[in-house]
Amino acid sequence: MSVKATTETFKKEVLESEVPVIVDFWAQWCRPCLMLAPVLEEISKDLEGQVKVVKVNVDEEGYLANQFRVSSIPTVYLFENGQVKNQVVGLMRKDDLLKRLGLK
Amino acid sequence: MYDVIVIGGGPAGASAAIYLQRFRLKVLMIMKDLGTLGKTNHIDNYWAFENTVSGKHLVEQGVAQATRLGVDVIEEEVIGIENFEDFVVKTTKNEYNGKTVLIATGQSKANLKVKGFKEYIGKGLSFCAVCDGFIYKNKKIGVIGNAEFMLEELEVLRNFTKDITVFTNGLGLPLHIEEEIKEKLVTEPLCEIQGDEVVKKVITQQDEYDVDGLFVAIGTPSANDFALRIGAFTENNYIVVDNNHMTNVPGLFAAGDCIGGLLQVVKAASDGAHAAIAINKFLKKIK
Repeated sequence: MSVKATTETFKKEVLESEVPVIVDFWAQWCRPCLMLAPVLEEISKDLEGQVKVVKVNVDEEGYLANQFRVSSIPTVYLFENGQVKNQVVGLMRKDDLLKRLGLK
Repeated sequence: MYDVIVIGGGPAGASAAIYLQRFRLKVLMIMKDLGTLGKTNHIDNYWAFENTVSGKHLVEQGVAQATRLGVDVIEEEVIGIENFEDFVVKTTKNEYNGKTVLIATGQSKANLKVKGFKEYIGKGLSFCAVCDGFIYKNKKIGVIGNAEFMLEELEVLRNFTKDITVFTNGLGLPLHIEEEIKEKLVTEPLCEIQGDEVVKKVITQQDEYDVDGLFVAIGTPSANDFALRIGAFTENNYIVVDNNHMTNVPGLFAAGDCIGGLLQVVKAASDGAHAAIAINKFLKKIK
C-alpha cells in the first residue's frame, strides 16, 4: 500500500525513512498519473518491507512540488537516506520504471 | 456509436477495418492523408505485385477496398482521443464516439531539431498541456506549433495563464490558424532552448524570450502524442501493446509502425488483421 505525504509529513515519511522511498508526484486530472497508480501499487506489494511508496498530490502540496522542481507529472523520485537518488518523468511499465530508478 | 474507430488508413488501419467489417461491426476509418507510405514511390518486396508498385497506389487501393466493403471512411485530422466509458475521437471538424479505438497512424518521430530540445524534455519542456499545464499556473509559457494541434494545446493552456507566446519555428502558419491566436506570436526559427535545471529561455534568430515552460505541438499529433494523453505505455517512441495488440488502456489498440518491430507493409497488414480479431473478441466480452 502506498502512503500519502504532505508538506508536514514529508520529512517523517520520506527523508527519515529507514528503507528507500519511491515518491510519486501526481494529480487527479493527469491521466498518465492515474495509469501509473496501479504500477506503483504493484511495486509496493512486490517490494514490501524493502521499498516504500509515497504519493504527493501536486494540487494539494504545491510547496513540495516546487521544492523538488516538478515540471511534468507523473514525476517519480527515489530517495535513499534522505537524498534524491534518481528521478524519472512520465508513465512507464513496471520493469522500465524499476530499471530507471535503479531498483532492478 | 461506432464499434471501432480506426485512426490511420495505411496497411495496418485499412487491413484492420476490412477484417472488422467482415465481423459485421460498425467501423469508422479516419485518415488525414496517404501517410508515409503514400510518399514511397517504389515498393518491390510486397507479395503478389509482379511490377514495382507505389505506396500511394497501395494505400488508395486499400481505402477503396475498405469503402467497397462498407467501412465509413473520412478524411479528417484527429487531434485527440478521450476515454470515459467509451472513446471520443476528436478531429479538427467533428467528434466521433466509439466503443474501441485502433491507433494505426504510423511511426512517431521526435519533431524538433533545436539545440537543448532533448535535454529539457520533462524539465520544463512538455508534450502535453492537459498533463502539465497546471504546473505553470500564472507563469510564462511558450507553445511551439503551427496548426490545429497547437491551437488545441493553446486552448488548454489559456486556462492556466495569460502570459503565453506562440512560436511557429519558421513553419508556415495558415491564415485560419493565425486568426485564432490572440497571444504574442513569434514566427522566426528557433535556435536554442536554454536553462539551468529547467527551461528558462527560448533563443530565436533575432531575439530571446523568457519562459518557465515550453509546450511542443508541431504539425499533427503522432501516435505517441495520443498515447501520452490517454495514459498508454510507450517505449522509445513506440506504443506498448500486449499479444492482442491492446494497450494498457482497455479498448485502446494499436497496430503497424506505431508499435515498432519490422517497419514494413507486410507486417503492418498482419498487425491490422491480428488487432481486428482481438478487437472483435474484446467487443463480444464487453457486451
